[in-house]
Amino acid sequence: MTTQNVVQAKSLDLTFQTNDGPVHALKGVSLDIAKGDFVSFIGPSGCGKTTFLRCMADLEQPTGGAITVNGTTPEEARKSRAYGYVFQAAGLYPWRTIGRNISLPLEIMGYSKAEQADRVARTLELVELSGFEKKFPWQLSGGMQQRASIARALAFDADILLMDEPFGALDEIVRDHLNEQLLQLWARTEKTIAFVTHSIPEAVYLSTKIVVMSPRPGRITDVIESTLPRERPLDIRESPEFLQIAHRVRDGLRAGHAYD
Amino acid sequence: MKSVFPVLTVLAVIVGIWYLAVAPMNVRVALDQAERAGAAVVPEGSVPRRDVSVWRLMLDNSEHVGLGYALERPRLPTPAQVGQELWKTTGEMVAKGRPWSKRGLIYHSWITLQSTLWGFALGTLLGIVGAVAIVYSRTAQLSLMPWAIISQTIPIVALAPMIIVLSSQVGIEGRGVPKAVISAYLCFFPVLVGMVKGLRAPDTSQLDLLRTYNASGLQSFLRLRLPASVPYLFTSLKVGIAAALVGTIVGELPTGAISGLGARILIGDQFGTPLAIWSALFAAAVLAGALVTLLDVIQRVTLKRMGMAT
Repeated sequence: MTTQNVVQAKSLDLTFQTNDGPVHALKGVSLDIAKGDFVSFIGPSGCGKTTFLRCMADLEQPTGGAITVNGTTPEEARKSRAYGYVFQAAGLYPWRTIGRNISLPLEIMGYSKAEQADRVARTLELVELSGFEKKFPWQLSGGMQQRASIARALAFDADILLMDEPFGALDEIVRDHLNEQLLQLWARTEKTIAFVTHSIPEAVYLSTKIVVMSPRPGRITDVIESTLPRERPLDIRESPEFLQIAHRVRDGLRAGHAYD
Repeated sequence: MKSVFPVLTVLAVIVGIWYLAVAPMNVRVALDQAERAGAAVVPEGSVPRRDVSVWRLMLDNSEHVGLGYALERPRLPTPAQVGQELWKTTGEMVAKGRPWSKRGLIYHSWITLQSTLWGFALGTLLGIVGAVAIVYSRTAQLSLMPWAIISQTIPIVALAPMIIVLSSQVGIEGRGVPKAVISAYLCFFPVLVGMVKGLRAPDTSQLDLLRTYNASGLQSFLRLRLPASVPYLFTSLKVGIAAALVGTIVGELPTGAISGLGARILIGDQFGTPLAIWSALFAAAVLAGALVTLLDVIQRVTLKRMGMAT
C-alpha cells in the first residue's frame, strides 16, 4: 500500500436489485486517485459517477471488488472523518445561521466552543463569506449557499473533498466564478478532490484527471491525465490545449453511447 | 391586517343568513304567543297549524312574524339575544362582583379549560412519543399506526361514558381525570400524524450528510429531525387543542356532569332553554379561538427565532 494513493478501487461492482431486475450501477471499475489530485467524473445519467463517489464515502456498499480510502476501508475512513462531502443541494439547515451551519460537524465531532468559532471564521474566509456568519440561509443567494456548504465540508480539515455536482443547479456565470474559487481553494489547501459533473468545460477546467464514464453497466471508458498547468486563469478555456482535452472527453462520452 | 376585510364579510353574511333564518324557525312559537294574546291568526289553533308549512304561515300572518325576534324561549335565538345572554353570564357577573358564580359561563369555561389543557398536555406527549417510536422503529410503525387510525374511527360519544365508568371503578374520584383522558384521546392523533411527518421531513441527502460526520442516532435526532419537525408540530398542535376542547365537551355531555360547557349544553337541552345552549356553544367557540390564536402566536415567535419565519 503506497501512501500517495488516497483512493484505490479494483474492479468494483455494485448491482442494485430492483423490481425490474438487477441494475449494474458499477461494473469492473478500477481507479487510483493520488494525493492532491483533482479528479472529475463525467458521464450521462446512470453512468455510476455519483454511485462511485458514494462508495468512497461509505454511503453505498459495493457488491464486488475492493476499494480503499486512505489505505483503509471506506467505513473506517468515514468513521475517522477522512473526507468532507458536498451534495448537489446545499442542504443548509434553515433554522441555523451560516456560522452555526458550518459548526454543525464540529459540534458533532466534539470540538470545543473556542475551536469551533476559530474554524468557522477560518473556513468562512476561505470561501469568501466572512461577514455572513449571522445570516440565515434564506438570506443568501444559491451560489453563496453552496459556498457555505463547501465551508461546512472543509471545517473539520478532512484531506479529501467529495463533491457531487455541487454547482449543477447554479447558472453559468455563478458557476464560472465558483470554479475559479474552487481551484484557488484547492491550491491553498492541497486537498484531494473528487468532483462529479455533467459539464465538459467544468471537468476540463478543474481537473488534473478526468474520468469519463458510461451507463448500462456503469463503467469507466476513458481516464484523461490533464496536461494543463496547475495555475489556470478562466481564459485558459480558449486555449487549443484545453479544446483538445475537451474534444477527447466528448469522444469518450460518444463512444460510451455508441451501442444505443 | 389584509385578512380582516374578507373575514368581516364572511361574518356579515353568516349573521345575515342567521337573522333571515330566525323568522321561519320561530314563526310557530310566535303565532302561538300572538294567538294567546288575542290576535287573529290563520289558521286558528296550533294543532291545525302543524300541517301548514312555515312559509305559508309567514305569508298569511306577516304582521306577527316580527314577534319571532323577541321570544322568551326561541327555537332559534337571534345573534343579538345570544350576545345578550353571553354578556349576562359573563361580563355582568364580573360587574356584579361574582365572576365565579356557577350560574355564569366563566366558571364553566374554566372547568372545561382545565380538562382541555390536561388532555392537551397528555395527548401531545403521547403523540410525540408515539411519533418518535414510529419513526425509529419499524415494529412500532407496523404495530402502532393501524391502532392509532382505528382509535379515531370509534365514536368518542360511545366511548366517553365507558371511560367515566371505568375510571370510577379504579377509584378515581371526580370527572377531571376521565375528561382529560377523553380529551387526550381525540388530541393525540393529529399530533402523532403531524409529528411523524415532521420527523421524516429531512431528505436523504441531509441524513447522508450526518452519516458522513459519523453522527450518532441521538445527535441526528436532536440536531436534524427534531428542529425540522417544529413547523409540523405547531400545525398539529393547533388542530390538537381544538380537538382536545371538543373531547372535553363530549366528556361532559353524556355523563351527568353539572359543571363545564358541555354540562351547560346538556342542561339547556333538558330544560328547553336554547339560549343557554347557544351561549355555551359560543363560549366554547371563543375559548377554542383564543387557544388556537395563542398557539399561533407562539408558533410565529418560535419560528421567527429559529430563522424559519414564513
